[in-house]
Amino acid sequence: MKKAFPILAILTAALLGYAFYEAMFVAPTDQMQGDVYRIIYYHVPSGWTMFVFFFTNFIASIVYLIRRNPKADAVAVAAAEVGLVFCTVVLVTGPLWARPVWGIWWTWDWRLTSTLVLWLIYASYLILRRFSTGGQTPVLAAALAVFGALDMPLVYFSIWFFRTQHPQPVVGGGGSIDPSMLRVWMISWAAFLCFGWLVFWLRYRLEIFKREVEETHSLEAMLEEPRFR
Amino acid sequence: MNYLYAAYAATWIIHGSYLCSLAIRYRRLKREMKDLKPRP
Amino acid sequence: MSSFWAITSATLAKDLRLEWRSKDAINSMLFFALLVVVIFSFSFDPTAEESRHIAGGLVWVAFLFAAVVALNQTWAREMRNAVLDAYRVSPAPANPLFLAKAFGNFIFVSIIQALMTPLFTVFYNLRPLGPAWQLIPVAILGSWALVVNGTFFAAMSLHTRSREIMLPILLFPFSIPALVAMVQATNTILTGQDSAKFWIVLLLTYDVVFTVACLLLFETVLDAE
Repeated sequence: MKKAFPILAILTAALLGYAFYEAMFVAPTDQMQGDVYRIIYYHVPSGWTMFVFFFTNFIASIVYLIRRNPKADAVAVAAAEVGLVFCTVVLVTGPLWARPVWGIWWTWDWRLTSTLVLWLIYASYLILRRFSTGGQTPVLAAALAVFGALDMPLVYFSIWFFRTQHPQPVVGGGGSIDPSMLRVWMISWAAFLCFGWLVFWLRYRLEIFKREVEETHSLEAMLEEPRFR
Repeated sequence: MNYLYAAYAATWIIHGSYLCSLAIRYRRLKREMKDLKPRP
Repeated sequence: MSSFWAITSATLAKDLRLEWRSKDAINSMLFFALLVVVIFSFSFDPTAEESRHIAGGLVWVAFLFAAVVALNQTWAREMRNAVLDAYRVSPAPANPLFLAKAFGNFIFVSIIQALMTPLFTVFYNLRPLGPAWQLIPVAILGSWALVVNGTFFAAMSLHTRSREIMLPILLFPFSIPALVAMVQATNTILTGQDSAKFWIVLLLTYDVVFTVACLLLFETVLDAE
Protein backbone atom coordinates (compact mmCIF):
# COMPACT_ATOMS: atom_id res chain seq x y z
CA MET A 1 0.00 0.00 0.00
CA LYS A 2 2.83 2.35 0.87
CA LYS A 3 4.47 1.91 -2.52
CA ALA A 4 1.22 1.99 -4.42
CA PHE A 5 0.13 5.19 -2.70
CA PRO A 6 1.59 7.71 -5.20
CA ILE A 7 0.11 5.82 -8.13
CA LEU A 8 -3.26 5.61 -6.43
CA ALA A 9 -3.07 9.30 -5.57
CA ILE A 10 -2.43 10.19 -9.21
CA LEU A 11 -5.27 7.94 -10.37
CA THR A 12 -7.61 9.53 -7.82
CA ALA A 13 -6.60 13.00 -8.90
CA ALA A 14 -7.30 12.04 -12.52
CA LEU A 15 -10.67 10.62 -11.55
CA LEU A 16 -11.52 13.76 -9.59
CA GLY A 17 -10.51 15.88 -12.57
CA TYR A 18 -12.66 13.78 -14.87
CA ALA A 19 -15.60 14.05 -12.47
CA PHE A 20 -15.10 17.80 -12.35
CA TYR A 21 -15.07 17.98 -16.14
CA GLU A 22 -18.22 15.87 -16.38
CA ALA A 23 -19.99 17.92 -13.74
CA MET A 24 -19.04 21.26 -15.20
CA PHE A 25 -19.25 20.74 -18.94
CA VAL A 26 -20.95 17.45 -19.86
CA ALA A 27 -23.92 17.34 -17.51
CA PRO A 28 -26.91 19.23 -18.96
CA THR A 29 -27.85 22.54 -17.43
CA ASP A 30 -30.93 22.44 -15.24
CA GLN A 31 -33.81 24.34 -16.78
CA MET A 32 -35.17 25.67 -13.52
CA GLN A 33 -32.02 26.47 -11.58
CA GLY A 34 -29.39 27.16 -14.20
CA ASP A 35 -25.77 26.25 -13.64
CA VAL A 36 -25.87 26.64 -9.87
CA TYR A 37 -27.44 23.22 -9.53
CA ARG A 38 -24.04 21.71 -10.42
CA ILE A 39 -23.16 22.07 -6.75
CA ILE A 40 -25.10 18.85 -6.17
CA TYR A 41 -22.38 16.93 -8.00
CA TYR A 42 -20.16 17.71 -5.04
CA HIS A 43 -22.81 17.92 -2.37
CA VAL A 44 -24.63 14.62 -2.84
CA PRO A 45 -21.58 12.36 -3.42
CA SER A 46 -19.97 13.89 -0.32
CA GLY A 47 -23.10 12.98 1.62
CA TRP A 48 -22.98 9.37 0.42
CA THR A 49 -19.29 9.13 1.20
CA MET A 50 -19.99 10.51 4.68
CA PHE A 51 -22.50 7.71 5.30
CA VAL A 52 -19.99 5.11 4.11
CA PHE A 53 -17.44 6.35 6.63
CA PHE A 54 -19.86 6.66 9.53
CA PHE A 55 -21.05 3.15 8.80
CA THR A 56 -17.43 1.96 8.77
CA ASN A 57 -16.97 3.60 12.15
CA PHE A 58 -19.98 1.76 13.52
CA ILE A 59 -18.82 -1.64 12.23
CA ALA A 60 -15.27 -1.07 13.47
CA SER A 61 -16.61 -0.08 16.90
CA ILE A 62 -18.67 -3.26 17.13
CA VAL A 63 -15.65 -5.32 16.09
CA TYR A 64 -13.59 -3.55 18.73
CA LEU A 65 -16.14 -4.24 21.47
CA ILE A 66 -16.16 -7.96 20.60
CA ARG A 67 -12.55 -8.63 19.70
CA ARG A 68 -10.69 -5.80 21.48
CA ASN A 69 -8.46 -5.47 18.47
CA PRO A 70 -6.56 -2.13 18.56
CA LYS A 71 -6.53 -1.99 14.77
CA ALA A 72 -10.32 -1.91 14.71
CA ASP A 73 -10.17 1.07 17.03
CA ALA A 74 -7.71 2.84 14.73
CA VAL A 75 -10.10 2.22 11.83
CA ALA A 76 -12.94 3.66 13.93
CA VAL A 77 -11.09 6.90 14.71
CA ALA A 78 -9.95 7.38 11.14
CA ALA A 79 -13.41 6.70 9.74
CA ALA A 80 -15.09 9.05 12.21
CA GLU A 81 -12.72 11.90 11.41
CA VAL A 82 -12.87 11.53 7.65
CA GLY A 83 -16.64 11.13 7.86
CA LEU A 84 -16.86 14.33 9.87
CA VAL A 85 -14.81 16.16 7.24
CA PHE A 86 -17.22 15.01 4.53
CA CYS A 87 -20.15 15.95 6.75
CA THR A 88 -18.68 19.44 7.03
CA VAL A 89 -18.44 19.62 3.24
CA VAL A 90 -22.10 18.65 2.97
CA LEU A 91 -23.10 21.27 5.53
CA VAL A 92 -21.10 24.00 3.81
CA THR A 93 -22.05 23.29 0.20
CA GLY A 94 -25.72 22.84 1.13
CA PRO A 95 -26.34 26.47 2.16
CA LEU A 96 -24.29 27.69 -0.82
CA TRP A 97 -26.78 25.92 -3.05
CA ALA A 98 -29.83 26.90 -1.00
CA ARG A 99 -29.02 30.61 -1.05
CA PRO A 100 -29.48 31.17 -4.82
CA VAL A 101 -32.15 28.49 -5.29
CA TRP A 102 -34.32 28.84 -2.19
CA GLY A 103 -33.33 32.40 -1.39
CA ILE A 104 -32.27 31.46 2.14
CA TRP A 105 -29.06 30.05 3.56
CA TRP A 106 -30.60 27.66 5.99
CA THR A 107 -33.96 26.20 6.80
CA TRP A 108 -34.78 23.81 9.60
CA ASP A 109 -35.90 21.25 7.06
CA TRP A 110 -35.61 17.67 8.30
CA ARG A 111 -32.73 16.67 6.09
CA LEU A 112 -30.62 19.70 6.97
CA THR A 113 -31.43 19.41 10.64
CA SER A 114 -30.67 15.72 10.88
CA THR A 115 -27.35 16.16 9.06
CA LEU A 116 -26.48 18.85 11.57
CA VAL A 117 -27.38 16.50 14.42
CA LEU A 118 -25.25 13.79 12.84
CA TRP A 119 -22.37 16.27 12.75
CA LEU A 120 -22.92 17.13 16.42
CA ILE A 121 -22.99 13.47 17.45
CA TYR A 122 -19.74 12.63 15.72
CA ALA A 123 -18.13 15.83 16.95
CA SER A 124 -19.01 14.80 20.50
CA TYR A 125 -17.55 11.38 19.73
CA LEU A 126 -14.23 12.93 18.72
CA ILE A 127 -14.28 15.29 21.71
CA LEU A 128 -14.75 12.30 24.01
CA ARG A 129 -11.76 10.64 22.38
CA ARG A 130 -9.67 13.71 22.90
CA PHE A 131 -10.67 14.28 26.52
CA SER A 132 -10.62 10.76 27.85
CA THR A 133 -7.43 9.69 29.49
CA GLY A 134 -5.48 6.50 29.41
CA GLY A 135 -6.36 3.16 27.95
CA GLN A 136 -10.14 3.38 28.34
CA THR A 137 -10.56 5.67 25.35
CA PRO A 138 -11.25 2.95 22.75
CA VAL A 139 -13.87 1.20 24.88
CA LEU A 140 -15.71 4.41 25.74
CA ALA A 141 -15.57 5.62 22.16
CA ALA A 142 -16.82 2.31 20.80
CA ALA A 143 -19.74 2.36 23.24
CA LEU A 144 -20.56 5.90 22.21
CA ALA A 145 -20.42 4.96 18.52
CA VAL A 146 -22.99 2.23 19.17
CA PHE A 147 -25.18 4.80 20.93
CA GLY A 148 -24.81 7.13 17.97
CA ALA A 149 -25.89 4.42 15.54
CA LEU A 150 -28.94 3.71 17.71
CA ASP A 151 -29.71 7.40 17.99
CA MET A 152 -29.64 8.24 14.30
CA PRO A 153 -32.86 6.44 13.23
CA LEU A 154 -34.67 8.13 16.11
CA VAL A 155 -33.23 11.49 15.09
CA TYR A 156 -34.43 11.06 11.51
CA PHE A 157 -37.81 9.85 12.64
CA SER A 158 -38.44 12.58 15.20
CA ILE A 159 -37.22 15.43 13.02
CA TRP A 160 -39.07 14.15 9.99
CA PHE A 161 -42.37 14.17 11.85
CA PHE A 162 -41.51 17.39 13.63
CA ARG A 163 -40.88 19.20 10.38
CA THR A 164 -43.59 17.77 8.20
CA GLN A 165 -46.24 18.84 10.69
CA HIS A 166 -45.52 22.39 9.66
CA PRO A 167 -45.72 23.40 6.02
CA GLN A 168 -42.39 23.06 4.27
CA PRO A 169 -40.90 26.46 3.54
CA VAL A 170 -39.54 25.69 0.09
CA VAL A 171 -38.79 22.41 -1.54
CA GLY A 172 -36.29 22.53 -4.35
CA GLY A 173 -36.16 20.33 -7.43
CA GLY A 174 -38.07 17.10 -6.93
CA GLY A 175 -39.39 14.91 -9.70
CA SER A 176 -37.49 12.24 -11.56
CA ILE A 177 -33.75 12.21 -12.10
CA ASP A 178 -32.30 12.45 -15.56
CA PRO A 179 -30.13 9.39 -16.38
CA SER A 180 -27.27 11.62 -17.53
CA MET A 181 -27.34 13.35 -14.15
CA LEU A 182 -27.24 10.02 -12.36
CA ARG A 183 -24.21 9.00 -14.40
CA VAL A 184 -22.28 12.12 -13.40
CA TRP A 185 -23.32 11.57 -9.80
CA MET A 186 -21.91 8.06 -9.87
CA ILE A 187 -18.62 9.19 -11.43
CA SER A 188 -18.32 11.94 -8.87
CA TRP A 189 -19.16 9.57 -6.06
CA ALA A 190 -16.52 7.10 -7.22
CA ALA A 191 -13.97 9.90 -7.31
CA PHE A 192 -14.84 11.12 -3.83
CA LEU A 193 -14.85 7.58 -2.46
CA CYS A 194 -11.33 7.03 -3.79
CA PHE A 195 -10.21 10.36 -2.39
CA GLY A 196 -11.87 9.69 0.96
CA TRP A 197 -10.31 6.26 1.09
CA LEU A 198 -6.83 7.69 0.53
CA VAL A 199 -7.34 10.29 3.26
CA PHE A 200 -8.70 7.57 5.51
CA TRP A 201 -5.63 5.47 4.87
CA LEU A 202 -3.35 8.40 5.76
CA ARG A 203 -5.28 9.01 8.96
CA TYR A 204 -5.12 5.31 9.80
CA ARG A 205 -1.34 5.25 9.34
CA LEU A 206 -1.07 8.35 11.49
CA GLU A 207 -3.03 6.65 14.27
CA ILE A 208 -0.82 3.55 14.11
CA PHE A 209 2.27 5.74 14.17
CA LYS A 210 0.90 7.71 17.13
CA ARG A 211 0.51 4.47 19.05
CA GLU A 212 4.08 3.49 18.27
CA VAL A 213 5.27 6.81 19.64
CA GLU A 214 3.19 6.32 22.79
CA GLU A 215 4.57 2.84 23.23
CA THR A 216 8.12 4.11 22.90
CA HIS A 217 7.29 6.74 25.49
CA SER A 218 6.10 4.21 28.03
CA LEU A 219 9.00 1.90 27.26
CA GLU A 220 11.37 4.78 27.86
CA ALA A 221 9.67 5.58 31.15
CA MET A 222 10.07 1.98 32.27
CA LEU A 223 13.75 1.79 31.37
CA GLU A 224 14.61 5.09 32.97
CA GLU A 225 16.77 5.01 36.10
CA PRO A 226 14.79 5.66 39.25
CA ARG A 227 15.52 9.20 40.33
CA PHE A 228 14.90 8.98 44.05
CA ARG A 229 18.02 7.02 44.82
CA MET B 1 -22.72 31.01 -10.85
CA ASN B 2 -20.51 32.54 -8.20
CA TYR B 3 -22.12 30.27 -5.64
CA LEU B 4 -21.06 27.30 -7.74
CA TYR B 5 -17.41 28.35 -7.68
CA ALA B 6 -17.68 29.17 -3.99
CA ALA B 7 -19.04 25.71 -3.23
CA TYR B 8 -16.33 23.94 -5.22
CA ALA B 9 -13.65 26.08 -3.65
CA ALA B 10 -15.07 25.53 -0.16
CA THR B 11 -15.04 21.76 -0.66
CA TRP B 12 -11.36 21.77 -1.52
CA ILE B 13 -10.48 24.25 1.19
CA ILE B 14 -12.04 21.94 3.77
CA HIS B 15 -10.29 18.85 2.40
CA GLY B 16 -7.02 20.73 2.02
CA SER B 17 -7.04 22.08 5.54
CA TYR B 18 -7.79 18.63 6.90
CA LEU B 19 -4.84 17.19 4.97
CA CYS B 20 -2.68 20.02 6.29
CA SER B 21 -3.71 19.24 9.84
CA LEU B 22 -2.78 15.60 9.22
CA ALA B 23 0.61 16.65 7.91
CA ILE B 24 1.23 18.87 10.94
CA ARG B 25 0.26 16.10 13.32
CA TYR B 26 2.52 13.67 11.45
CA ARG B 27 5.48 16.03 11.59
CA ARG B 28 5.02 16.60 15.32
CA LEU B 29 4.92 12.86 15.96
CA LYS B 30 8.01 12.31 13.85
CA ARG B 31 9.93 14.91 15.82
CA GLU B 32 8.80 13.31 19.05
CA MET B 33 9.93 9.92 17.83
CA LYS B 34 13.30 11.36 16.84
CA ASP B 35 13.75 12.84 20.31
CA LEU B 36 12.96 9.50 21.86
CA LYS B 37 14.98 7.16 19.69
CA PRO B 38 18.66 8.19 19.96
CA ARG B 39 18.89 7.46 23.67
CA PRO B 40 19.76 3.76 24.04
CA MET C 1 -32.36 -12.60 40.30
CA SER C 2 -33.34 -11.71 43.83
CA SER C 3 -29.77 -10.62 44.57
CA PHE C 4 -29.98 -8.32 41.54
CA TRP C 5 -32.87 -6.41 43.06
CA ALA C 6 -31.34 -6.62 46.52
CA ILE C 7 -28.23 -4.79 45.29
CA THR C 8 -30.35 -2.30 43.36
CA SER C 9 -32.55 -1.47 46.32
CA ALA C 10 -29.62 -1.36 48.76
CA THR C 11 -27.70 1.11 46.59
CA LEU C 12 -30.81 3.14 45.91
CA ALA C 13 -31.70 3.28 49.60
CA LYS C 14 -28.16 4.37 50.45
CA ASP C 15 -28.25 7.15 47.85
CA LEU C 16 -31.67 8.35 48.93
CA ARG C 17 -30.65 8.37 52.59
CA LEU C 18 -27.52 10.35 51.76
CA GLU C 19 -29.56 12.79 49.72
CA TRP C 20 -32.17 13.07 52.46
CA ARG C 21 -29.48 14.05 54.95
CA SER C 22 -27.58 16.50 52.78
CA LYS C 23 -30.20 17.60 50.20
CA ASP C 24 -27.33 18.81 48.01
CA ALA C 25 -28.64 17.66 44.64
CA ILE C 26 -32.28 18.61 45.22
CA ASN C 27 -31.49 22.08 46.50
CA SER C 28 -29.07 22.96 43.74
CA MET C 29 -31.40 21.57 41.07
CA LEU C 30 -34.38 23.46 42.44
CA PHE C 31 -32.57 26.73 42.60
CA PHE C 32 -31.10 26.21 39.16
CA ALA C 33 -34.48 25.44 37.58
CA LEU C 34 -35.96 28.48 39.31
CA LEU C 35 -33.21 30.65 37.86
CA VAL C 36 -33.85 29.29 34.38
CA VAL C 37 -37.55 30.11 34.68
CA VAL C 38 -36.89 33.65 35.83
CA ILE C 39 -34.17 34.31 33.27
CA PHE C 40 -36.30 32.99 30.42
CA SER C 41 -39.11 35.32 31.41
CA PHE C 42 -36.79 38.26 30.73
CA SER C 43 -35.89 37.09 27.24
CA PHE C 44 -39.49 37.23 26.02
CA ASP C 45 -42.86 38.46 27.14
CA PRO C 46 -44.75 35.56 28.70
CA THR C 47 -48.31 36.42 27.76
CA ALA C 48 -50.83 33.62 27.91
CA GLU C 49 -51.36 32.88 24.20
CA GLU C 50 -47.71 33.06 23.23
CA SER C 51 -46.44 31.09 26.17
CA ARG C 52 -48.60 28.09 25.34
CA HIS C 53 -46.57 27.55 22.18
CA ILE C 54 -43.17 27.87 23.76
CA ALA C 55 -43.84 26.53 27.24
CA GLY C 56 -43.00 22.94 26.24
CA GLY C 57 -39.55 23.91 25.12
CA LEU C 58 -38.98 26.13 28.09
CA VAL C 59 -40.04 23.59 30.70
CA TRP C 60 -37.94 20.82 29.23
CA VAL C 61 -34.85 22.94 28.74
CA ALA C 62 -35.10 23.95 32.40
CA PHE C 63 -35.43 20.30 33.45
CA LEU C 64 -32.60 19.25 31.16
CA PHE C 65 -30.23 21.79 32.70
CA ALA C 66 -31.37 20.89 36.19
CA ALA C 67 -30.92 17.19 35.46
CA VAL C 68 -27.31 17.81 34.40
CA VAL C 69 -26.65 19.29 37.84
CA ALA C 70 -27.81 16.10 39.53
CA LEU C 71 -26.21 13.78 36.98
CA ASN C 72 -22.81 15.33 37.47
CA GLN C 73 -22.96 14.47 41.15
CA THR C 74 -24.08 10.88 40.56
CA TRP C 75 -20.74 9.19 40.57
CA ALA C 76 -18.66 11.81 42.36
CA ARG C 77 -19.62 10.31 45.71
CA GLU C 78 -18.40 6.89 44.64
CA MET C 79 -15.06 8.22 43.47
CA ARG C 80 -14.16 9.40 46.95
CA ASN C 81 -12.51 6.64 48.98
CA ALA C 82 -12.39 4.54 45.79
CA VAL C 83 -15.84 3.07 46.39
CA LEU C 84 -16.26 2.46 42.70
CA ASP C 85 -13.05 0.44 42.52
CA ALA C 86 -14.20 -1.60 45.48
CA TYR C 87 -17.47 -2.24 43.70
CA ARG C 88 -15.61 -3.24 40.58
CA VAL C 89 -13.59 -5.94 42.32
CA SER C 90 -16.58 -7.22 44.26
CA PRO C 91 -18.50 -10.14 42.71
CA ALA C 92 -21.66 -7.99 42.38
CA PRO C 93 -22.79 -7.45 38.78
CA ALA C 94 -22.59 -3.93 37.34
CA ASN C 95 -26.16 -3.46 36.14
CA PRO C 96 -27.86 -3.20 39.55
CA LEU C 97 -25.55 -0.31 40.37
CA PHE C 98 -26.47 1.42 37.13
CA LEU C 99 -30.18 0.88 37.67
CA ALA C 100 -29.98 2.16 41.25
CA LYS C 101 -28.20 5.31 40.12
CA ALA C 102 -30.65 5.85 37.26
CA PHE C 103 -33.65 5.33 39.58
CA GLY C 104 -32.13 7.73 42.08
CA ASN C 105 -31.68 10.43 39.48
CA PHE C 106 -35.15 9.73 38.15
CA ILE C 107 -36.60 10.31 41.62
CA PHE C 108 -34.67 13.58 41.96
CA VAL C 109 -35.81 14.87 38.58
CA SER C 110 -39.41 13.83 39.32
CA ILE C 111 -39.36 15.72 42.62
CA ILE C 112 -38.07 18.80 40.82
CA GLN C 113 -40.81 18.46 38.22
CA ALA C 114 -43.49 18.09 40.88
CA LEU C 115 -42.26 21.22 42.62
CA MET C 116 -41.61 23.29 39.51
CA THR C 117 -44.76 22.57 37.52
CA PRO C 118 -47.05 24.69 39.76
CA LEU C 119 -44.52 27.50 39.56
CA PHE C 120 -44.44 27.34 35.77
CA THR C 121 -48.22 27.33 35.65
CA VAL C 122 -48.36 30.45 37.79
CA PHE C 123 -45.55 32.36 36.14
CA TYR C 124 -46.60 31.65 32.56
CA ASN C 125 -50.38 31.48 33.03
CA LEU C 126 -50.60 28.00 31.58
CA ARG C 127 -53.84 26.10 31.16
CA PRO C 128 -53.72 22.97 29.00
CA LEU C 129 -56.38 22.92 26.28
CA GLY C 130 -55.75 19.26 25.46
CA PRO C 131 -56.08 16.18 27.70
CA ALA C 132 -54.01 17.16 30.73
CA TRP C 133 -53.58 13.63 32.10
CA GLN C 134 -51.32 12.85 29.13
CA LEU C 135 -48.73 15.17 30.63
CA ILE C 136 -48.04 12.53 33.28
CA PRO C 137 -46.78 9.80 30.91
CA VAL C 138 -44.86 12.48 29.00
CA ALA C 139 -43.19 13.62 32.23
CA ILE C 140 -42.33 10.09 33.31
CA LEU C 141 -41.01 8.92 29.94
CA GLY C 142 -39.22 12.22 29.33
CA SER C 143 -37.41 12.21 32.66
CA TRP C 144 -36.39 8.61 32.20
CA ALA C 145 -35.06 9.43 28.71
CA LEU C 146 -32.87 12.19 30.14
CA VAL C 147 -31.79 10.23 33.16
CA VAL C 148 -30.95 6.85 31.65
CA ASN C 149 -28.55 8.27 29.07
CA GLY C 150 -27.34 10.90 31.50
CA THR C 151 -26.35 8.33 34.12
CA PHE C 152 -24.57 6.31 31.47
CA PHE C 153 -22.69 9.26 30.02
CA ALA C 154 -21.80 10.48 33.50
CA ALA C 155 -20.17 7.11 34.13
CA MET C 156 -18.37 7.48 30.81
CA SER C 157 -17.10 10.96 31.59
CA LEU C 158 -15.60 9.72 34.88
CA HIS C 159 -12.59 8.63 32.89
CA THR C 160 -12.13 11.97 31.17
CA ARG C 161 -10.51 15.27 31.94
CA SER C 162 -12.87 18.10 32.93
CA ARG C 163 -15.77 15.75 33.41
CA GLU C 164 -18.35 18.38 34.34
CA ILE C 165 -18.13 19.74 30.79
CA MET C 166 -18.00 16.34 29.15
CA LEU C 167 -21.45 15.28 30.37
CA PRO C 168 -23.52 17.96 28.58
CA ILE C 169 -21.31 17.66 25.49
CA LEU C 170 -22.22 13.99 25.26
CA LEU C 171 -25.77 14.14 26.58
CA PHE C 172 -27.24 17.04 24.59
CA PRO C 173 -26.64 15.82 21.03
CA PHE C 174 -27.78 12.31 21.87
CA SER C 175 -30.94 13.56 23.58
CA ILE C 176 -32.17 15.57 20.62
CA PRO C 177 -34.79 13.06 19.45
CA ALA C 178 -36.08 12.63 23.00
CA LEU C 179 -36.11 16.38 23.49
CA VAL C 180 -38.04 16.95 20.26
CA ALA C 181 -40.56 14.32 21.34
CA MET C 182 -41.05 15.73 24.86
CA VAL C 183 -41.34 19.30 23.71
CA GLN C 184 -43.74 18.46 20.91
CA ALA C 185 -45.86 16.26 23.16
CA THR C 186 -46.08 18.97 25.80
CA ASN C 187 -46.88 21.64 23.24
CA THR C 188 -49.60 19.63 21.53
CA ILE C 189 -51.20 18.89 24.89
CA LEU C 190 -51.04 22.53 25.96
CA THR C 191 -52.43 23.90 22.72
CA GLY C 192 -54.86 21.00 22.28
CA GLN C 193 -54.49 21.11 18.51
CA ASP C 194 -53.24 17.62 17.81
CA SER C 195 -52.93 14.23 19.40
CA ALA C 196 -49.72 13.71 21.34
CA LYS C 197 -49.89 9.94 20.91
CA PHE C 198 -47.20 9.74 18.24
CA TRP C 199 -44.71 11.63 20.40
CA ILE C 200 -45.44 9.51 23.46
CA VAL C 201 -44.81 6.36 21.43
CA LEU C 202 -41.58 7.85 20.11
CA LEU C 203 -40.45 8.67 23.65
CA LEU C 204 -41.30 5.14 24.73
CA THR C 205 -39.23 3.73 21.86
CA TYR C 206 -36.32 5.95 22.80
CA ASP C 207 -36.56 4.85 26.44
CA VAL C 208 -36.71 1.16 25.61
CA VAL C 209 -33.86 1.30 23.06
CA PHE C 210 -31.49 3.22 25.29
CA THR C 211 -32.35 1.39 28.52
CA VAL C 212 -31.46 -1.87 26.80
CA ALA C 213 -28.31 -0.36 25.27
CA CYS C 214 -27.17 1.05 28.62
CA LEU C 215 -27.72 -2.25 30.42
CA LEU C 216 -25.82 -4.13 27.72
CA LEU C 217 -22.85 -1.76 27.67
CA PHE C 218 -22.61 -0.51 31.25
CA GLU C 219 -20.38 -3.30 32.51
CA THR C 220 -17.98 -2.71 29.61
CA VAL C 221 -17.78 0.98 30.38
CA LEU C 222 -17.42 0.50 34.14
CA ASP C 223 -14.62 -1.99 33.71
CA ALA C 224 -12.89 -0.04 30.97
CA GLU C 225 -9.25 0.10 31.84
